[in-house]
Amino acid sequence: MKPSRIVITGIGLTAPNGNSLAEFRRNLLSGVAGIERMEIRYMGPQLAGVCHYDPLRHQTKKEVRVGTRAGSISIYCAREALADSGVAWDAQPKDRVGIYIGCTEHGNVETENEIYNISKFNYDTKFWSHYHNPRTVANNPAGEASLNLGVTGPAYTIGAACAAGNLGLIHAAQMLRLGEVDLAICGGVSESIHTFGIFAGFKSQNALATHADPSKASRPFDLARNGIVVSEGGCLYTLERLEDAQARGAKIYAEIAGYHVNSDASDYVLPNPVRQAECVRASIRRAGLEPRDIHIVNTHATATPLGDIQECEAIRAVFGEGCPVTHINNTKSYIGHCMGAAGALELAGNLPSFDDLTVHPTINVDQLDPACALPGLVLNQPRTVAKVDTILNNSFGMLGINSTLIVKRFAA
Amino acid sequence: MTKDECKKVVIDIIADIAPDEDLSALKPDVRLRDQLQLDSMDFLDIVMELRKRHSIEVPEADYIQLASLDSCADYLTPKFNALSAKS
Repeated sequence: MKPSRIVITGIGLTAPNGNSLAEFRRNLLSGVAGIERMEIRYMGPQLAGVCHYDPLRHQTKKEVRVGTRAGSISIYCAREALADSGVAWDAQPKDRVGIYIGCTEHGNVETENEIYNISKFNYDTKFWSHYHNPRTVANNPAGEASLNLGVTGPAYTIGAACAAGNLGLIHAAQMLRLGEVDLAICGGVSESIHTFGIFAGFKSQNALATHADPSKASRPFDLARNGIVVSEGGCLYTLERLEDAQARGAKIYAEIAGYHVNSDASDYVLPNPVRQAECVRASIRRAGLEPRDIHIVNTHATATPLGDIQECEAIRAVFGEGCPVTHINNTKSYIGHCMGAAGALELAGNLPSFDDLTVHPTINVDQLDPACALPGLVLNQPRTVAKVDTILNNSFGMLGINSTLIVKRFAA
Repeated sequence: MTKDECKKVVIDIIADIAPDEDLSALKPDVRLRDQLQLDSMDFLDIVMELRKRHSIEVPEADYIQLASLDSCADYLTPKFNALSAKS
């Protein structure tokens, strides 16, 4: 049986440089980054991508106080996506809605906060919050969204390191095809800037970016790149089966064309370009396409010296020199690494290319690393192109999880 | 501490844990749960804040004493006064 066609019908997001798709896209085309200095516990000011959405737009003050930042971001993005989708939410059977949210990690922020809290009371655990467990369970971000929305269908997170944003969409497409739900709210979120541990961990790994100018700090493919800028963010989509979307006259952003997920099985942190290339090839094959049919490749590159080169090696292996209409870019150069949200946000930033036929560039490349000089790389200035019918989005993560998602222009 | 001062302490805590609520017309003799959107976790918050801010312990068996502002004042005022007598 032919699998159902799955389409994107709504987008809600918060990124360090925008709280809606329109604002985010405008800044991607104008070269506006969203990195700032933020005080990190025990470490002092660090470069970070901070979101400035209004939590009280969709939550009460008490919900914000009791819940987590990841939960709040999930609620904001889910509500915005639903509003954008035009779904008649009140009439929607809530038991047929699924919430699938990718996370790099969850619980570190809340655990660090509690340890800090009891440190003020001589580490007496009777001062440990009774909210600790509901805040730190791995399903928290999806669970908070289900509470806020009254969704009684499946709501859970997908832990997949920094591949998680893509995984949220891929899993949702699978659940829709299985008939488990009729409407999926899916993507990825991250609250990671609120844990010192992630900054300290990357610093100990010599993988934390530094730069005098925050807006220049995240610079994949630049010869002088020196690491990751940690960011928070979220991007959730509404996904539906095509026939359901058409029946209600929905606006359709794109169709899920193909995807693949695999594992390096080779190292805790070092990427494996052979497996990455296999992942990209398999997704293209599943989409029924050839590499030359891909018009935009949005890279995962995080601006670590080695990781960027390895992804470039994988892309070169797949696309080589024979893909003249394949354009390659990177969104982290604006917003840093939004961790679990990265894949979902970076895809969203490129979706408007179907309409404006413009590829947003990779910014902050003052001197291109020759090892990253891919054909088709769009550097520093947007490029208007003749055709954008397909977008391929890479998201890779620690412990060697790779994900590639391809969307295509919707054609009935 | 007077009972009215004690009620003010409790109201200050509730203002923080239930920030969406209007506390200007709280009836002291009516159960807090009947006037405000408070659940069992919120009552644990009241207990925790009494512990953190004022070093007052409320054993689980006595949670029922926190039902209304009046019962809070009856129960907590002697505790506050015993503490201040110690210090």
